Amino acid sequence: MTEKKRKRNKYWHPKGRALLPAAVEDIDALLAADAPRRDLLIEFLHKIQDQYGCLHVDHLHALAAWMKLAPVEIMEVASFYHHFDIVQSGGFAPPPLTVRVCDSISCMLSGAEALINALETSESSEKLRIQRVPCVGRCDQAPVAVLGQNPLLQATPERVALAINENQIECEILSSTLAGYVNDSQGYAYYRSCLDGEHSVEEVIECLEDSGLRGLGGAGFPVGRKWRILREQIGPRWIAVNIDEGEPGTFKDREILEQQPHSLLEGLLIAAWAIESERCVLYVRDEYPAIRQALQTAVDELTTWADFDLPEIQIRRGAGAYICGEESAMLESIEGKRGFPRQRPPFIAERGLFGQPTLEHNAESLYWIPQLLQQGAGGFKASGMNGRSGLRRYSLSGRVKRPGVYLAPAGISVRELIDTYGKGMLDGHVFYGYLPGGASGGILPASLGDVPLDFDTLQEYGCFIGSAAVIVFSKQDRARDIALNAMRFFAHESCGQCTPCRVGTVQAAQLMEENQWPMDELEQLACVMEDASICGLGQAAPNPLRCVMKYFPAEVGND
Amino acid sequence: MTDIQFELNGQSVTAGAEESLLDVCKRFNIEVPHLCNHPSLRADGNCRACMVEIEGERALAPSCRRNPLPGMKVNTDSLRAKRAQQGVLKMLESTLSGNVYTLEDELRQWQKKGGQKKQEQKKQGRQKTDCEIVHKVKAGAGVVDSSHPAIDFHIDACILCTRCVRACREVQVNNVIGLSDRGGRTRIVFDFNDLLGDSRCVGCGECVQVCPTGALSNKNGVDMLCADKKIDSVCPYCGVGCLLTYHVKDNQIIKVQGRDGPANHNRLCVKGRYGFDYIHHPERLQRPMIRKQGVPKGLNEYFDPAEPLKMFREVSWEEALDHAADTLLSIREGDGLHALAGFGSAKGSNEEAYLFQKLVRVAFGNNNVDHCTRLCHASSVAALLEGVGSGAVSNQVEDVRHADVIIVIGSNTTGNHPVAATFIKQAQKAGSTLVVIDPRRKGLADQADCFLQFKPDSDVALLNAMLHTVIEEGLIDEEFIAGRTRDYDLIRQNVADFSAEEMASICGVPAEKIREVARLYASAGNAIIFWGMGVSQHIHGTDNVRCLISLCMLCGQIGRPGTGLHPLRGQNNVQGASDAGLIPMMYPDYQRVDGPGVREKFEAAWQALLDPAPGLTVVEIMHAIHAHSIRGLYIMGENPAMSDPNLNETRTALTQLKHLVVQDIFLTETCAFADVVLPATAWPEKNGTVTNTDRRVQMGRRAVDSPGEAKADSWIIQQIAQRMGVRGFDQSVPQVYEEMRSLMPSITGISWDRVEQNESVTYPCVDASDPGQGVVFVDTFPTDDGKARLVPARLSAADERPDADYPFVLMTGRMLEHWHTGSMTRRSRVLDEIEPVPVVDVHPQDLEQLGVMPGAEVVISSRRGTLRSHARAEPAMQRGEIFLPFCFVEAAANLLTNEALDPFGKIPEFKYCAVTLEPAE
Repeated sequence: MTEKKRKRNKYWHPKGRALLPAAVEDIDALLAADAPRRDLLIEFLHKIQDQYGCLHVDHLHALAAWMKLAPVEIMEVASFYHHFDIVQSGGFAPPPLTVRVCDSISCMLSGAEALINALETSESSEKLRIQRVPCVGRCDQAPVAVLGQNPLLQATPERVALAINENQIECEILSSTLAGYVNDSQGYAYYRSCLDGEHSVEEVIECLEDSGLRGLGGAGFPVGRKWRILREQIGPRWIAVNIDEGEPGTFKDREILEQQPHSLLEGLLIAAWAIESERCVLYVRDEYPAIRQALQTAVDELTTWADFDLPEIQIRRGAGAYICGEESAMLESIEGKRGFPRQRPPFIAERGLFGQPTLEHNAESLYWIPQLLQQGAGGFKASGMNGRSGLRRYSLSGRVKRPGVYLAPAGISVRELIDTYGKGMLDGHVFYGYLPGGASGGILPASLGDVPLDFDTLQEYGCFIGSAAVIVFSKQDRARDIALNAMRFFAHESCGQCTPCRVGTVQAAQLMEENQWPMDELEQLACVMEDASICGLGQAAPNPLRCVMKYFPAEVGND
Repeated sequence: MTDIQFELNGQSVTAGAEESLLDVCKRFNIEVPHLCNHPSLRADGNCRACMVEIEGERALAPSCRRNPLPGMKVNTDSLRAKRAQQGVLKMLESTLSGNVYTLEDELRQWQKKGGQKKQEQKKQGRQKTDCEIVHKVKAGAGVVDSSHPAIDFHIDACILCTRCVRACREVQVNNVIGLSDRGGRTRIVFDFNDLLGDSRCVGCGECVQVCPTGALSNKNGVDMLCADKKIDSVCPYCGVGCLLTYHVKDNQIIKVQGRDGPANHNRLCVKGRYGFDYIHHPERLQRPMIRKQGVPKGLNEYFDPAEPLKMFREVSWEEALDHAADTLLSIREGDGLHALAGFGSAKGSNEEAYLFQKLVRVAFGNNNVDHCTRLCHASSVAALLEGVGSGAVSNQVEDVRHADVIIVIGSNTTGNHPVAATFIKQAQKAGSTLVVIDPRRKGLADQADCFLQFKPDSDVALLNAMLHTVIEEGLIDEEFIAGRTRDYDLIRQNVADFSAEEMASICGVPAEKIREVARLYASAGNAIIFWGMGVSQHIHGTDNVRCLISLCMLCGQIGRPGTGLHPLRGQNNVQGASDAGLIPMMYPDYQRVDGPGVREKFEAAWQALLDPAPGLTVVEIMHAIHAHSIRGLYIMGENPAMSDPNLNETRTALTQLKHLVVQDIFLTETCAFADVVLPATAWPEKNGTVTNTDRRVQMGRRAVDSPGEAKADSWIIQQIAQRMGVRGFDQSVPQVYEEMRSLMPSITGISWDRVEQNESVTYPCVDASDPGQGVVFVDTFPTDDGKARLVPARLSAADERPDADYPFVLMTGRMLEHWHTGSMTRRSRVLDEIEPVPVVDVHPQDLEQLGVMPGAEVVISSRRGTLRSHARAEPAMQRGEIFLPFCFVEAAANLLTNEALDPFGKIPEFKYCAVTLEPAE
């Protein structure tokens, strides 16, 4: 259409795009069973993306009309999440098949780059879309390529080609776990006894406080205290469960949920009972379709089986955004919005989901609760090493012989982890350094390999344990490459809301590509990011950068 | 509000608990850079330029988002705070191209200030103001979206502060601008990443007004021009009464900005912000003119607004005024005291309206003075005067904040009162329930919680069904009815056979929805009703409003904030012009011409004998001209040859006049019938007060000189009066206002000086200490017995219903960009670029059935006339109904309209007549 014609054409319709009747029909048919709830926007986008392989703008327009939202409100959300592909009128839909190759740290160490190169030059690359994606939570099987929804472990170009040929695009379906949980582990017995009045809320909270259990998503807020704060708020109260572990190197939540989702659910029920909440949402990252299905099955099983009242339990699907693991960004996402972290105050315990007081827990935190209450806090407390107390799940990956999730005493050092659990370094690799808490927890040299790994023990080194994602690297690797990978990851995953993080991560990543790092400039960026970012992503993003300048100066400077 | 004591940069200070730290800093002249923060917007805290250090907190805090707490220790200039503030500014700068698009680039200003301290230490030189610095825009200016006629978007100057997003979404509630993508790829988009000019943007320019860097800026680089002066005034368009500031350079208005007036809080709409340049149009009349000998009257080949000298010859003011006045005088003497009439204008000031009606009454010797109120809300005023004793609104628009339920009926508020609509939309977003009742699904309907798309002409049926529902379901406020109303029984009996179920098919709305709305309204804590011309412009317009009054009274929804009746007034000064007496049956302040003792009062004040009989209304005057009983007409700023119904008749009437004097700023279609044309001043060229829909008296000020020999309207009126030999026409504008005030009890407390000082004062206002009463009828109504009178209404059909010959219903009205007959807005570049051609709104399926593509020409005919227009496919229409705006001279809608009148308000039925719609060959 010529410019003149385009201009003239718009006088013959109301302002803005014209709604296409065919697109309206598609949306009406697809969402016939749904109510146009704003908070379900992301679910609706998934339905459209699943059905049509992309989000045609005309469909989005029809969706906007159906939901009584402005076009741009749909656009904002759809364009925020990486798992949605918006296609403009007349634009081309992506190829029917996507392979997502993880290029985060553990996979990078295991040759993700070579895999991507091989795939991009392979024969099938034309009908295939190859996407670099951040951590998909299978770092123990690096490198990982996800074909459709099917994770290909220790992927090779041949393995990917085979999967394409055989159209292996679905995820594994996990088997039902209710019977095992109820019969073998006395599942739901403790919750039932709570309902029966055998335990008081006070007793339960005291037990949790006594155990010293802290939030295991990364921030480490004491669980018992959180419940007390929630109980002080005026209801209705919500519970939101964060199953969006996206910190590179973290895969513990996936593993425990693959094994036993009911333990989480019982923890959730006990929490709901304790804080008198009737509505719970489980937010599951889109990279974990098997877990999402298993959880849905578990909830359905429980609903059928239970002879007691249950709170409402909804399961929501993320859409490819690390930032939604940030507690308030997750709430925004559950409300059907862009995953923008909120500013505090108010804290989400006061004003959280839909403006109501909200208890948010990481999956593992809830997972521990039935066990702790059943067995008492004593055993948990008595565990621990190097002067620390409790048990932790460490996601161990990188250059070790046997990566995996290990339940180990809190305070264990990385050397002990490598030797006892990881069965030592890979052959031919010499321990050089490690990341104690994923991409954001900083980088430490082998010389600090005996520091106890726990909450509060790493601050003095400019690091933190976070979700206990320990990535080990060797003298064949460069700390600066790992730091650059981390900074690129932050730039990719920054929500873009605040200046320091949006601009700082991009600029830092550019500067970190230089052979000799401009230290002063980087330090200035780091200061602004740390001091002025809205959320933990931007505040912690300089950690790996600073650690390299501090512990590995030879890699980036003159000396 | 409790005061908080805390420490700011080592000083103990006191602040309100709700005050942001940034605002406290501003109050103490402590400069903290800030970019995403703006006084008219919700604090967002995304730019992170205003970070401060709070003792005991790990990270810094954005001062715009934090309130003080007792004992808090805040530091704005610690090393850390400064490092973050300057670091953020530097980061933002690094993302920009360096091109400058506005003199008021806030990022540059903060950076300059940051560097300033160092400079000051070096040399104590005079700081240059922005205007003195010549900005060199870097070559190869950045990517620009210039698709919109008024607004450019330079993405290379965007700092993603989201001020525009909040302005568009939360202030104007238009929701066109948003953020797309994330991280470093985050960017501002319109709709689905469309060009601004292709988006749903309505051009209000709020985004431009708040943009800190000129990324969104006014077209043609006007933001880089330095104004010679800035003049505070009022918008010349609709009755909302937005306060604004004219930026003037070389006697030209270069741009307009919203000001914090009580009715607009800095907001403007596309007309107010971009529709100012009509005053500089080359077709402005600059010299008085008299019709050339032998040139026939009418819209004939001699008529050309661009070349008036084909029809007229230029004369001196002396000659023009003498000729105008002498002929009027000779008609008065030759054809009698009732042979003259005058149309005043709701576009002028109060003082002009007052002078004009005084001229007619004193010099013409009769009460034949009217204005366009007759064509818009005459029926509303008739019903309100009859029912509650006052024709003005009971509550102001801003009251929507307090309303639990808001009903908007027969009003395309987003198009015709755009800034008022923003407050309604905001209230809905904040939780009020919005009910929209209209045959067209336009604007507000999209945001309504409940939308009734009823059939045109079925207002009485619908409203009576609601009355029936509230009575039947026991939802009425019996105490209110007993104490404050009379004749309730008449209503009860009248609506007995109007059940929602019976009326549903007449209205085209399911009975349950009618009942739902009735229940919502009746059971609301506070509920307010707004209406527009969709209610009033019917032959049963008065009945429609009677029903609204009854509904309001039965439910006791009046006399409190957030309740009441609000007919949205059309013209900028239609309230004021009516108040000032520009109506044939009333003197100023609605004192009846035939009321006891009233005439005597005005005869004493004006030192003249006055006609005891009420005069004729607009359409009656046209009929009287036809009948040759009126021979001379003086029109100030009205355009009946476009605005009156059944134009062929109206235009024929105008040719019958012996003498027509037209005073205007352009050669309007009405001038084609004039004997004398007097060049007048446009609104920004004069001083005077205007009264908005909320009863706020506001000050308009002269910003530029008028072109050529054009003169102020008040001067012209006074000159004619003097030449007609009457006294009392020699005062200055403030003196005229003060004379008016002495005769108008409702504005007693509002002196000229007070308006000059306060910019806006609400009446009724009894004395200088009275802040003005925003809510009226609190305890009583200004009727004889203090009670509201309830008047029943029966069903009556439109004068002309569609039939086999004329199957479509035609509704007329305005569109957002064009004002009334288009004389101003079609001469505004931006407005005419957005809507340049006549369009008729037709339902897409009707078009399909006719085999007409959108944009094709159609012929529309009624029993009275025919015209051609382009068809617009408009899903907001119902089948069988079409809408034609009356602003296009090429397709003058009023050629088709029916002049049948409402018997009480004498308002023509602009909203309903039968037409055919056919493809043009």
